[in-house]
Amino acid sequence: MTKKNTAGNIFTALTYIFLYAPIVVLIVFSFNSTKSRTVWSGFTLNWYKELFSDSLIMSSLQTTLMVSVLASLIAAVIGTFAAIGFYSMKKQWRAPFLTVNNIPVINADIITGVSLSLLFVSAGLFMGFELGFGTLLIAHISFDIPYVILSVMPKLYQLDRNLFEAAQDLGCTWFQTIYKVVIPEIMPGIINGLLIAFTMSVDDFVISYFTAGSSVETLSMAIYAMTRRRISPKINAISTLLFAVVLILLIIVNVREARQQKANIKKQKMLKGSN
Amino acid sequence: MTSFRLTPVTEGRRMNRSSAPAGFKERVASVWLPVKSFLERYRRQSFAYPYVLWMALFVVIPIILIGVYAFTSAEGGFTLENFSGITNYIPVFGRSLWLALVATAICFIIGYPVALAISRMDAKAQRIMLMLIMLPMWINFLLRTYAWMSLLENTGLINRMLAAIGVFDWINAMHSGNPNYTPITHFQLINTNGAVVLGMVYNYLPFMILPIQSVIVKIDPFVIEAAQDLGASSRTVFRKVIFPLSLSGVISGITMVFVPSVSTFVISRLLGGSTNMLLGDLIEMQFMGAAYNPHLGSAISLIMMAIVVICMSVMNKFGEGEEQAVVM
Repeated sequence: MTKKNTAGNIFTALTYIFLYAPIVVLIVFSFNSTKSRTVWSGFTLNWYKELFSDSLIMSSLQTTLMVSVLASLIAAVIGTFAAIGFYSMKKQWRAPFLTVNNIPVINADIITGVSLSLLFVSAGLFMGFELGFGTLLIAHISFDIPYVILSVMPKLYQLDRNLFEAAQDLGCTWFQTIYKVVIPEIMPGIINGLLIAFTMSVDDFVISYFTAGSSVETLSMAIYAMTRRRISPKINAISTLLFAVVLILLIIVNVREARQQKANIKKQKMLKGSN
Repeated sequence: MTSFRLTPVTEGRRMNRSSAPAGFKERVASVWLPVKSFLERYRRQSFAYPYVLWMALFVVIPIILIGVYAFTSAEGGFTLENFSGITNYIPVFGRSLWLALVATAICFIIGYPVALAISRMDAKAQRIMLMLIMLPMWINFLLRTYAWMSLLENTGLINRMLAAIGVFDWINAMHSGNPNYTPITHFQLINTNGAVVLGMVYNYLPFMILPIQSVIVKIDPFVIEAAQDLGASSRTVFRKVIFPLSLSGVISGITMVFVPSVSTFVISRLLGGSTNMLLGDLIEMQFMGAAYNPHLGSAISLIMMAIVVICMSVMNKFGEGEEQAVVM
């Protein structure tokens, strides 16, 4: 499989250029000194300065972060417990539940959004509430949980089936079994699910659009409202900043993982040597 | 991977227990332990109940509501009018399906070779390449699409670049003999079907590459070696071994591209102009727009769901039983 494959690599390089071209344009024009997004007229950092005094962008960014953090954390808790529950069920029970769990993942976003808005609007008429932060949060939790479950379940299957009993034989209460034995073992899955859920929440536009009502606005919704007029380069600036943050985080995580792997390989070699 | 730690406390307890008379203890255990493990299992199952309730409330009931709305009128009575009203929109259905199919096909044609090339790199390069594929997803999807607007506009970067290297002058010069010819200053790129397909391919291409790549890297290298040892050419190896084994990835890639493509309304609105409506736009208009009619919107949504379910079950028929040789 490690044959040199020049044509394939060139094709891959072209595809990556295609993927990054608009992003480069976006970043470059966040430094443009006029509002134009096609004519370059000089370098400036003004958009970055103005960004922080723009109350609309800042408040929508705050909403986005708050919804995403809350939704992904709540989803991680509910999802982890649900995954443990499904794992303990007999297959004939687990299978249908997991199918329903997959619905929001497979279904088109617009249908998830529209169906939740139907529910919220009709329930709101009965109980006297309006679409707002609460409904937005519920919607986000709903589409976040499946991702948590999907990344926790494989970790549970990797566990030794006897782990639960072993822990209890050694004197753990049922709560300790979960809290001290199972949760630490499946932690990588939970963290992974949490991160996917957070990403999904930050990036979501369609479901928020249908469930947030008119009083709350996420960053995506603010951007969508702007595309109808003209997007201010301030938006380019904020996405450049977000992009930079993610890039730096990814580099740090990857460098650390690479180092750990190297250290592990070294350790194994040393162990082999000592035998 | 699993590590057990014995704390002094638990060890102490075990000691106490084993000091009780053995025969009695065993008899109790033989009755009690199965009951206990049944109870424990039951208790652990109950961890899922809050989420089961959640799913019922926020996944199942909303979808049932779509069904209810689709078959009722604004006055509340049963009606099929919403579905007969849809016949006006058959062109929109056709256009949506067609554009989504084209986008999915292009994603496959681009995505498969890229996935194959990535899975042939060494582990470190693979990791970097996969990271680079996921990185653009962190830029807001609306902004990525908007960035294409600045590239594709009539006065956008692509047309400016073409003008700068004299493409339009050259084309106009070619037609200089024709009196009916009006000189062009740009190509019409934005507000076309092509731009919508481009937006779909751009946004959803990673969803094609990632699942295919993840299946290809898991193919047992010995299976490929065996095929080569038995005299298969590299083309035959690909056609008879690699491709069939990667089908499950292809199928999930196709679904992950087709479903959002057929239901998008953002891409068509930004890159397709106001005249080129897709199914997503139609649904959005019924719920958020001036043409507020959730009953019609629900009927359209229901039909869209049906199309997706049918497409997926057909796809899954193709992929059945192809996964045995993939090392998990």
